[in-house]
Amino acid sequence: MVQAQSVRQLSFIQAVNEALRQEMERDESVFIMGEDIAGGAGRPDKEDAWGGPMRLTKGLIAQFGPERVRDTPISEAGFMGAGVGAAATGMRPVVDLMYVGFLGVCADQILNNAAKIHYMFGGKVKIPLTIMTGIGAGTNSAAQHSETLYSVFTHFPGLKCVVPSSPYTAKGLFASAIRDDDPVIIFNNRQLMGMRFDDDVPEEPYTVPIGKATIAREGTDITLIGIGYTTRVCLQAADDLAAEGYSPEVIDLLSLSPMDNAAILESVRKTRKIVIVDEDYPRCSIATDISALVAEEAFDYLDAPPKRVTPPHTSVPYSRSLEALYVPDRAKVVAAAKEALE
Amino acid sequence: MVATHTDLNTDTLLWMYETMVVIRRFEEQARREADAGKLRGMHSSIGQEAVPTGICAHLRVDDYVLGTHRSHHHCIAKGVDMSEMMAELLGKATGTNKGKGGTMHIADIDKGMLGANGVVGSNIPVATGVALSAKIRGSDQVTAVFFGDGASSQGSLHESMNLASIWKLPVLFVCENNRYAEATPFEYAVAGGSVSNRAPGYDMPGVVVDGQSVLDVFEVAREAVRRARAGEGPTLIEAQTYRYQGHFGADDPLGYRTQEEEDYYEARDCIANLRAHIVGSGDTSEADLDAIDRKALSAVEAAAKFANDSPFPEDDELTTDVYVAYP
Ligand SMILES: Cc1ncc(C[n+]2csc(CCOP(=O)(O)OP(=O)(O)O)c2C)c(N)n1
Ligand SMILES: [Mg+2]
Repeated sequence: MVQAQSVRQLSFIQAVNEALRQEMERDESVFIMGEDIAGGAGRPDKEDAWGGPMRLTKGLIAQFGPERVRDTPISEAGFMGAGVGAAATGMRPVVDLMYVGFLGVCADQILNNAAKIHYMFGGKVKIPLTIMTGIGAGTNSAAQHSETLYSVFTHFPGLKCVVPSSPYTAKGLFASAIRDDDPVIIFNNRQLMGMRFDDDVPEEPYTVPIGKATIAREGTDITLIGIGYTTRVCLQAADDLAAEGYSPEVIDLLSLSPMDNAAILESVRKTRKIVIVDEDYPRCSIATDISALVAEEAFDYLDAPPKRVTPPHTSVPYSRSLEALYVPDRAKVVAAAKEALE
Repeated sequence: MVATHTDLNTDTLLWMYETMVVIRRFEEQARREADAGKLRGMHSSIGQEAVPTGICAHLRVDDYVLGTHRSHHHCIAKGVDMSEMMAELLGKATGTNKGKGGTMHIADIDKGMLGANGVVGSNIPVATGVALSAKIRGSDQVTAVFFGDGASSQGSLHESMNLASIWKLPVLFVCENNRYAEATPFEYAVAGGSVSNRAPGYDMPGVVVDGQSVLDVFEVAREAVRRARAGEGPTLIEAQTYRYQGHFGADDPLGYRTQEEEDYYEARDCIANLRAHIVGSGDTSEADLDAIDRKALSAVEAAAKFANDSPFPEDDELTTDVYVAYP
């Protein structure tokens, strides 16, 4: 009874919003920049017209004011670079890159500056920058607004990359990212924002550590690796597999760089089979990275080759009929798992 | 080939009227399709019809237009087939892009429409390259690239204006200043309160025009296109206009703007304006214009029927067109 009372369900959006609010309360050097994170900029009576395109930042400007909740012009190279500069000099900026596909506009600032300054300057300058960005297909938004792309960022030494899978992990990872002294990119899958979750999200601030995976479901027969949204897909597929008498384990990866190699290897040494479910493009990706890790470090334990469930090597189609074929889904994961199991 | 409508005669006026009415009916129908759940949403161009209409009046089929996320009006003004556009919106195999691009990416190279683009500011350098190509090939083709007030803050515009100017490229940079970028007011985001005043710094003409008056846009475009075709270089046009609907559809624009402002612009509607001008100037009657209205409506209805009756792409289309060849 007592426990039931303390369970607090938040949406993904509410959890992110709460994390941002609490981190801004906790540390005056935290501020947020991005397009329409409030909306109605410069019009006091229209302030917070949007609160972010996905409402992740709703209400923050009322509490913290326009100095700390800063609407930007559409100038990603400019304000991303401004985030790097502010981070280098004592601030903890959170920069919203609305969709990860807009990386192209500000890639120089992220890849050449945020990622490299600490190293190039002999460790003497820190870049405690947080970038939050929207990812994922399945919303009928076509090739430029549906990408996942986190693999690109993990390629770069100097960047940390995390992918929340639920309101609980979102809140904790946001807190960790903002408090971290390195640049951290948080990839928020849009499909998670409309979902219902029944996990408990504590009201008091807490962190989910960067670099640690969690076991979302324990099992002994096969390891399913999920990343953000695909963790949900893996959990659904696990239900189906369990109904057929198998015992699947689901690892919620949460962090791509650093990656929790130990958790992956420990699980696969137990189950001896692995299916990696990743929505990013399949070439040179986090899925291939995990596959290589398992092949190199756990080869002797494997009963079947590592399997990857990913989209094909193609841009994201607009048409819903094609998009449905593109995104990894429950049925594809079950099919891949059964190939490994049988 | 000669320009389609260089002189402001009755023929030109009626072409512009019909084009604007068709755009509006198309957008209304597209919104109905979206409301029925057949596409997730779309950026409506209602209110902004006059800008591409006045510009494209001067363009030939072999001239180029490049657009933005809000580009249905650019496509129609450049002569893209409406049925194929509507089919594209519904993700059908018969769409302009075979259902692969959708509302933000409509393209039809045969009509000189080199594509809408979902990344703000992204098409401006591409357009500059299209103009460069024309110059290198010794062609007198002209390129017009449309972008919003919000896009004017992207470095891509500034880099492109500089390139186009030093190389004297045949390009029109056309800013549709509809006063908002999503929920961000123009006066907050654009320093100096003007896009056109970027032009002198890049040594090109910068013209402000009432984007609700297709006649004014037509006049300004005439000179810019002449200049481009003559090899004299680029022009920046800032057309002051207004989008009547929300940014994408679902949002309520009154969250960031006022009823009075909406009323002000709607009272200066581009279609009503032109209609009054045509009727006032003589040989075309209200009844003639009503006939055009009916024709536009039935063309849009036919487009919707075509789109709805069309099949979705075959499954194997998922992986075609990624490359020209990938052995
Ligand atoms: C590089 C980039 N940043 C942000 C967005 C998201 N976005 C889409 S439309 C838009 C506003 C564009 O405003 P404006 O250029 O004025 O064009 P309008 O929508 O008014 O036609 C924004 C911010 C985007 N598509 N691309
Ligand atoms: Mg605008």
